[in-house]
Amino acid sequence: MNTLSDTWSWLTSAAHWSGENGIWNRLGQHLWLTALCLLLSCLIALPVALVLGHLGKGGTLAVNISNVGRAVPTFAVLVLLLLTPIGKYGEWPTIIALILFAVPPLLTNAYVGMREVDRDVVRAARGMGMTGRQLLFRVELPLALPLILTGVRIAAVQLVATATLAALAGGGGLGRIITAGFNLASTPQVVAGAVLVAAFALVVEGVFELVQRFAPQWAKGGFG
Amino acid sequence: MTAPPDDCLARNEWICGAYLSSRSQILWDAVVQHLQLTAVSVAIGLVIAVPLAVAARRWRWAAAPVLGVTTILYTIPSLAMFSLLLPVYGLSASIVIAGLVLYSLTLLVRNILAGLRAVPEDTRQAARGMGYGPVRLLLAVELPLAVPAAMAGLRIATVSAVSLVTVGAIVGYGGLGNLIYAGMNTYFKAQVLTASVLCVVIAVAADLLLLGIQRLLTPWTRAVAS
Repeated sequence: MNTLSDTWSWLTSAAHWSGENGIWNRLGQHLWLTALCLLLSCLIALPVALVLGHLGKGGTLAVNISNVGRAVPTFAVLVLLLLTPIGKYGEWPTIIALILFAVPPLLTNAYVGMREVDRDVVRAARGMGMTGRQLLFRVELPLALPLILTGVRIAAVQLVATATLAALAGGGGLGRIITAGFNLASTPQVVAGAVLVAAFALVVEGVFELVQRFAPQWAKGGFG
Repeated sequence: MTAPPDDCLARNEWICGAYLSSRSQILWDAVVQHLQLTAVSVAIGLVIAVPLAVAARRWRWAAAPVLGVTTILYTIPSLAMFSLLLPVYGLSASIVIAGLVLYSLTLLVRNILAGLRAVPEDTRQAARGMGYGPVRLLLAVELPLAVPAAMAGLRIATVSAVSLVTVGAIVGYGGLGNLIYAGMNTYFKAQVLTASVLCVVIAVAADLLLLGIQRLLTPWTRAVAS
């Protein structure tokens, strides 16, 4: 009970929200890192997955890359990148590590989504004389959209988690509140940071849940 | 003290045989801690997940809350999860184990439930017709048939746990993660790389081991395949 009230008073103290180590700044860093890396990972992974899925090639790679991503500890990659020459360039080790762990779920889900498009529909579209490009953008992509969005959601949640871990390797973001709390041996600060991170992750998950729920309407409207 | 030798340790190289031979005891201790943390957490997770999945299967109303809560738990980043448990367990190995149990629960419950739901209704009715009671039906028919799906979940949970143990370094119980954390602070490349590679080796070995166990447990799936 005591920890709860201490955590609450830590969270509600105005001093902890402002300044370079303040919550607002850390939240901004976290949001920026997550959004930037999500955009970059989508730009890298989705075209590859769409083309591979369209051609029906590279399936084993696209599916197994997720399993590989799971076996490699995020923390190890963060530290390894930090110790390489890239480590000198500020946030770059963090950004690269984040992208490395966001690409697999994007790739796998988008590829599976493309391959699960009903083959009859694809054949019908071909029979109507659609070119490969038309087939990809007008038929396969809209039908694969739900799974692609699932991949984006998993990647976003993964990015929030990885960005938190980046604090252990000296990066910014909300994780810094937790690591600073450990260094100060301040349990209220550790718990407060954890609450903020958990809430942030759940909000991101929730936002994507909503986007996904309303996606089919605008997908139909946009491509019809 | 004499002048330091000009070996790979002094030059701080990534790959270093001298590191392996001189720190084999430290590495071994870290590997043992890593294995213990993983095995204990996944085992506890399994013991909790089976009844939860059976309950969610048996009572329709239980499925939504069980799946909902475990999914929410899975969304919480590992560093935050361990930190949230700090007031409960203090700086101890229990923090890491409790956190990993919560993560493995999601994967295990979801997969076991999927396995139980995939048992064909015909099979169930046949067993009932042969006079099987509900308990015997569960133990002798439903659970064995759910083994392949459950093992798939167990493999993912184990591989994830091996990787997540490293984050336990924040409280000093991270197995090989401790070496990575210490190596980061001292810029010790050989230690970070060796510990990271060992993590991946453990994950792959655990995955293969569980795959082997799965084959032994489900001889009937091989009979169909061949």
